[in-house]
Amino acid sequence: MEAKKIEIKNSRDVVTARKMGRKMALELGFGSADQTRLATAISELTRNVVQYAGTGLCTITDQSNKNEIKIVTAVEDAGPGISDIDKALEQGYSSGGGMGAGLPGAKRLVQEFGIDSVPGNTVVTITLRRKKI
Amino acid sequence: MKIPVLRLKNILLTSIQVDLTDEDALNFQEDLLKAVQINDADGVIIDITALDVVDSFLARVLNETAVMAKILGAEAVISGMQPDVALTLVEMGRELIGVSTAINLDHGMEKLQALISKRAGGV
Ligand SMILES: Nc1ncnc2c1ncn2[C@@H]1O[C@H](COP(=O)(O)OP(=O)(O)OP(=O)(O)O)[C@@H](O)[C@H]1O
Ligand SMILES: [Mg+2]
Repeated sequence: MEAKKIEIKNSRDVVTARKMGRKMALELGFGSADQTRLATAISELTRNVVQYAGTGLCTITDQSNKNEIKIVTAVEDAGPGISDIDKALEQGYSSGGGMGAGLPGAKRLVQEFGIDSVPGNTVVTITLRRKKI
Repeated sequence: MKIPVLRLKNILLTSIQVDLTDEDALNFQEDLLKAVQINDADGVIIDITALDVVDSFLARVLNETAVMAKILGAEAVISGMQPDVALTLVEMGRELIGVSTAINLDHGMEKLQALISKRAGGV
C-alpha cells in the first residue's frame, strides 16, 4: 500500500499535492477524467487548508484490491474546524468571500466524501474508486 | 511566473502554459488587465490548452478577469479548455464556467471578432 504525504503550507504545496494525486491516479490506471477529478478535488481541499487553517497535511493512499482500483486522500489540519458541516457543504456558502464551490464541488467529483471536524482537528477524506475490468 | 501577453492589432493574446499557484493567477489577472488598458485593446484571448486542472479558484479568477476586461471595454474569450477540465467544472457546478469559451485558438479568434463587432454595432 503506497502512501504519499505532502505538507500543506502555501499555494505551491496545493499545486504539488494535486500533481501527486493525478500521478497516482494515472499510475493505477484511472482514466483521464478521473485523474482530473481527483487533482481538482485535492486542489479544493488543500486550498481550504491554506485559507482557513494555515497549514496541514495531505495523505494520498493507494488502497486498491483485487476487485477495484481505489485512492483514498485525507486532507487534515489543526485549524479552527468547520462548526456547521451541512452549511459548509451547501453550494454557494462561503465564510471567506469565495464562491462556496470547493467542498460541494469536490464531493461531486468522487465516490465517497466525509468530513470529521472539531476545533483543532479537521479531516476531509475523499475516495476515488473504479471496478477493475 | 510571468505569463507573456502578446498584442495582435487590437487584440491581446495570452497562453497559460504552466500550472499556476493562486498568486500566479492573481498576478496574471493584474498584468492582463493592465495590458488591456495600456493597449486600449478591444478583446483578449486566454488560451488554456496546457492546463490540466482548473479548480474553483482559477475558474473564478478567469471569470472575474473577463468581467473586468469588459468593464475596461474589451471582450474576452477562453480558448482550448481540455474536455476533462470542462467536464470536471460542470460536475462541480455549472455556474463555474461564466465566460465565453471556444474549442481552440482559431475558433476563439472568430468568436472574439464576433463579440467585438457586436459591441461596436452596439444596441
Ligand atoms: N479546513 C477548513 N477549516 C475550517 N473551515 C473550513 C475548512 N474548509 C472549509 N471550511 C469552511 O467551509 C466553507 C465552505 O468551503 P468551500 O471550499 O466550499 O468554499 P470557499 O472556500 O469559501 O470558496 P471556494 O472554495 O469556492 O473558493 C468555507 O467558507 C469555510 O468557512
Ligand atoms: Mg474552498
